[in-house]
Amino acid sequence: MEGSINLVGLGLSAIGPGVGIGLIFAAFISGVARQPEAQSRLQSIAILGFVLAEALFIITVALAFVLPL
Amino acid sequence: MSYSQPVAAEGGSEFHAPGPGSFELPPIFGDVTKPMLLLALSAVIVFGFFYLATRNASLVPGRLQFAGEMIYGFVRNNMARDNIGSEHYMKFVPYLFTLFTFILVNNYYGVIPFLQFPSFSRIGFIVPLALMSWLLYIGAGIWKHGALGYLKHATMPSGVKGPILLLLVPLEFFSNIIIRPFTLTLRLFGNMFAGHLLLILFATGGAALLASGNILYGAVGVLSFGLGIGVSFLEMLVMFLQAYVFTLLSSMYIGEALADEH
Repeated sequence: MEGSINLVGLGLSAIGPGVGIGLIFAAFISGVARQPEAQSRLQSIAILGFVLAEALFIITVALAFVLPL
Repeated sequence: MSYSQPVAAEGGSEFHAPGPGSFELPPIFGDVTKPMLLLALSAVIVFGFFYLATRNASLVPGRLQFAGEMIYGFVRNNMARDNIGSEHYMKFVPYLFTLFTFILVNNYYGVIPFLQFPSFSRIGFIVPLALMSWLLYIGAGIWKHGALGYLKHATMPSGVKGPILLLLVPLEFFSNIIIRPFTLTLRLFGNMFAGHLLLILFATGGAALLASGNILYGAVGVLSFGLGIGVSFLEMLVMFLQAYVFTLLSSMYIGEALADEH
């Protein structure tokens, strides 16, 4: 087997944000289903939460390639 | 594509997976590389589009004027006014609007044929943008609250008293003043880098599988091209989202720095 162990960490770091983003959009969908007229307000909040949760993974993407093996 | 690494032409030779090296483009002339030219071109595109859109501005907008006004209204109403507040937001609209259109054009280079390189997948181009946003929201806070007042505003959450402040103040200082430009930079860079890497992988990997000579490998190669097309559509969404988010976060930071204590 060859390759960088960094990429194992990259895969592991995708778990947390994956769960988090799922929870954020689940809450967004049930919020819109309950009150459809609030969609435009909820949308920007949901995207903000999505981006903040995703940041953890994105930082790892950068570090996985930058850090030496 | 000139930037991809060598791909197996005949069966038996080795396939090199794309990596960070795929982003190191050779200079076109002198020390000028492709992303530098693309960056300059994006300024021309943004200027040209909005010059044409507003040149014959009339009360009943034409198609081009309508498109330009829609983008402007989106930045002004949905980002600046909602997050900065109706008192001061007009001061920051020019910066936010420029930021949004500039990032948007540079991101969409990744899916335009023949250009096909999102210039913000090189981190050096993003650092100045993040630094500008950082200086702007700190400057706005100092302008509103004074230097010490802003430091207190940014690091002391209102309504918290007692020894818990010893823990909270360093944390808030760290997250509000030091970390923010780094996450702004890394978010845009990481998304553009990872997305473009994925596209290169599907394209070059599909080509290598097709050229391998084995009929089953060839079938997987066709599947790889299909997935590459799917990922391109996902990337188009991400490219817009990242431009939106960079501008949205900048305006939120400014709005937070300008907010009154309550």
